[in-house]
Amino acid sequence: MTQTTDKLIIGGREFTSRLMVGTGKYASFEQTALALEMSGAEIITVAVRRVNLDRSKESLLDYIDLKKYTLLPNTAGCYTADDAVRTCRLAREAGMSDFVKLEVLGDEKTLFPDNEELLKAARILVAEGFTVLPYCSDDVIVCKKLEDIGCAAVMPLGAPIGSGLGIRNPYNIRIILENVSVPVIVDAGVGSASDAAVAMELGCAGVLMNTAIACAQDPIAMAEAMKLAVIAGRLSFKAGRIPRKLYANASSPLDGLIG
Amino acid sequence: MQIVLNGDSIETVDGCTVELLLQQLGISRERVAVELNADIVPKAGYEKQLLSDGDKIEIVHFVGGG
Repeated sequence: MTQTTDKLIIGGREFTSRLMVGTGKYASFEQTALALEMSGAEIITVAVRRVNLDRSKESLLDYIDLKKYTLLPNTAGCYTADDAVRTCRLAREAGMSDFVKLEVLGDEKTLFPDNEELLKAARILVAEGFTVLPYCSDDVIVCKKLEDIGCAAVMPLGAPIGSGLGIRNPYNIRIILENVSVPVIVDAGVGSASDAAVAMELGCAGVLMNTAIACAQDPIAMAEAMKLAVIAGRLSFKAGRIPRKLYANASSPLDGLIG
Repeated sequence: MQIVLNGDSIETVDGCTVELLLQQLGISRERVAVELNADIVPKAGYEKQLLSDGDKIEIVHFVGGG
């Protein structure tokens, strides 16, 4: 089992990288492009916003090789199912792809998902043929409902968006992993490379992050760190860790000791 | 005639189409999506879709985001 043969399949499409990255909060488009390159990500999230009619026509997409990346438009900033569905329809028209990261927020302070609106939007979008990747609570019941609706993956949060608190409830993530069949991708909360590795060692199919890379002191270096952490975490999970024991177990033979 | 473009009222010529509006704004049609009175205008319909006085147009594109 190596990383090259261990593919992630979402919505019938095959990916080698299990790290998905956002494209917001970078200092410049050049920095965004470099960080994406170093992260090795194949799926990148983007937001859908009004074209700014007053400013430069320069766009993020001018800096990104669209042949290398699958764009995953998000519905960030949507607080109702109607707004999220409308945003997804626009995204499909702009990007000509069915992939969407569905998020329907419940509250500005926590940015936690509004599960009721999320499920409503997911039903509509799946029926319209979208490949829906929903950002959701780390709640197995919601995740199972999203899977039943026909979402291509579930993306429970590790901690609040942009908080960098890491995987706050690994037991909830484990319960989700044991009870859904679609890929489980931790979305939000990762702060450092070890957090990403923890998510992968739990058995998650992937990790999605933005702030942890974009707002690091050196985003390019952090992008590489995250790439390696996701690979290491995945290999560690597949390799099967040793059981935890309270007492020592010597690694060197006792036979042949001097004296 | 007046239309509301991305929330702002602007003046445009009678008989203006979505295609013409995009040209006037210098916006490439490839990477945008256009909504006319809350309904999406498919790209194939840009040249034929006439605008009327009071229409609400939204032109969106992708920006950096998580």
